[in-house]
Formats: sequence, structure tokens, C-alpha cells
Amino acid sequence: MALKLDDNVFVTKLDALASWVRKHSLWPMPFATACCGIELMATASARYDIARFGSEAMRFSPRQCDVMIVAGRVVMKMVPVMQRIWLQMPEPKWCISMGACASSGGVFDTYAVVQGIDRFIPVDVYVPGCPPRPEQLIRAVLDLQEKIQSTGTIDGREFAKRTQYEGPGALVNDLPRESVVVAPGDFKSGGRVRTLA
Amino acid sequence: MTDFIALLKPTFGDILKREVFRDNVRLIVPADAVKPVLKSLKEQHGFDMLVDIAGIDYLEYPGATDRYGVVYAILNIKTGERLFVKTHVNDPEPALKSVVDLWTGADWLEREVYDMYGVVFEGHPDLRRILMPEGCESFPLRKDYPLRGYGERHNFPLLTRAEG
Repeated sequence: MALKLDDNVFVTKLDALASWVRKHSLWPMPFATACCGIELMATASARYDIARFGSEAMRFSPRQCDVMIVAGRVVMKMVPVMQRIWLQMPEPKWCISMGACASSGGVFDTYAVVQGIDRFIPVDVYVPGCPPRPEQLIRAVLDLQEKIQSTGTIDGREFAKRTQYEGPGALVNDLPRESVVVAPGDFKSGGRVRTLA
Repeated sequence: MTDFIALLKPTFGDILKREVFRDNVRLIVPADAVKPVLKSLKEQHGFDMLVDIAGIDYLEYPGATDRYGVVYAILNIKTGERLFVKTHVNDPEPALKSVVDLWTGADWLEREVYDMYGVVFEGHPDLRRILMPEGCESFPLRKDYPLRGYGERHNFPLLTRAEG
């Protein structure tokens, strides 16, 4: 007996279905340590309304979240905390590095501030800006949705391939000593361009 | 402002010096006398509040003869008089007597000076680092400590996506 199904059925891959479902209900973990956190709150508020993109359910327990938004500078003492929170989040999970400080240390090139969280945890989307406008964070959420749709799998196979370090190249301290770098002024010369001695 | 040199002279002799900048009165005391002087100021002269303890590194400071300065800011609550008691310590083992037994509030202040400058406060009940992570071995506010540190900020394990 032939049923007339026509428009009521369409065929897709299970991976695409799972990704489509996941991308529209991202639950952010707000790891807000500085002024970017304020923009993150503004993004969640009525004017910018991140709820339009399905990621308004911010939870302060990492066990209930699937996207960590690191908003602000991360200092040495905070790195173990950040890594632990990241590990506490259930799979599948993603990470947005929001703002100049989280992405590269920003203006805080000092002994205590980590020069980019991607040296220690994997990052999926970077948001430039100091701090970024809420629209930029929304753009990052849209980019993350696109990434999830195009690479996502139902059992998270795409994560298993990412076994390599994904952060930047040589640290400033690893560069040859003769390299000239632009640095915040030092108290002896007052200059900004100097060699690594 | 009371002349504290005159008040303290019978007990401590000529070891104290005085500096004045506008209404800011400083008493410069040798390191071994700083605790008796503070005790006397607290118990005989009514300086019952310790406002702050600050460290200074005088490396390459013009005219400086000692490496570190430690400044105690104290306040007489009754008269509103403020006094800064300043002392100097030197490498290799900068050390002072702790004043936690005089003012309990000195606990964290001394820990901070220790954390940033490495000045050891003998007799402190719990002289641990307060701002820097435990296990850190340098004193970041010393002038010979490089701005970017010695790589401590990148001395952490890496989590890749596969193990997360």
C-alpha cells in the first residue's frame, strides 16, 4: 500500500540534524573576568537580545553549558580555574574567546597576564575588539552556529581529530634574543622598541 | 604636630631622623629599631591604627643607599595625627620583625610586601604568598624583575580539543 508522503518527509544525515538542533540552543558559560563581561551582559539584555539566536540561557554552572565565552583578561592564577571549568563542561562544547585580552593578552603584556587563552584551551571563535560591541559577539555566535552546522557530528568525531595545539606560534620569550620587539615602555629608557636582552 | 623625635629620644637616643613634606611627617628608623619604635608609638603615644604597610625598591634610584624601603602608615584616631615610619632593608636577606602582635591587621599587609618584594617578616604567623600563585618563586615588584617575567605566565599544561 503506497502512502502519499510528498512534502511531509525529507531525507537528511543524522549529523546534520544533530548539528541543526545543537546550534540553535547554545547555552553559554559566561567566564567574565573584565569589561568584556559587561558587554556580554549587554548582549544578553533586551536591546541586543542574544535570545534571538537561541543562546540566551546563561548558566553559572559549567555542567549545564556547552559554550564557554571567555570575556576579559585571564591571569596566571586564573588559568587552572579556567581549565578546570572547561573540563567540567559536558560534550559537545565550544569556546568563544571574546575581546583582545582573552585572545592575545591585549595591552596587558605583563608577567601575570596570559597572552591568549588559546595557549591553554582550544578556541573556536575569536572576537576582536576592546571591548567588542554586542553586535560583534552576536556575529561570533552566528559564526559558531555556522561552524557547528558545517563540521558537527552527532557523536563529536570532529573533536577527536583536534589533538594538536591550536594556539599561536612562538612566544615572545622563545624568539631569538636579537629579535627586536615593540614592548611597553621600560623605566630605564622610556622607549618602546628594544631588543630582548 | 607633636615632635615625635623629642618624645622618643629618651628611649631610642639619636637613631631616629625626621622628614617633612607639607603635612606628611616621616620618621626614618633603622631596621632593628622599627618594632620597638612602633610599639612605643602605639602604646605610649596613641597611634592605635595601622593604616598601611608599603614596600619600595630603590634599585637605581638616584641617591639611594639602601635597596628596599618599608613604610608603615599609622594613625592616632583620637587626635587624627598621621605618621609614616620608614625603614630600610637590604639584600641578600631583607628581613624585619613582624608587627602582627601589635596590629592584627598587619597580617595581610605584611604578606603583600613579602609577596611583591621578598621582605621576610620574622614572627609572622602565616607568611605565605597572597597575590601571586603558590609556588611562584619571584618577587614581581622588584625593579630587576623583567616586565614580562621569566615565563611563569606560560608555565601551564595545554588542553587540546580531543582530551577536553
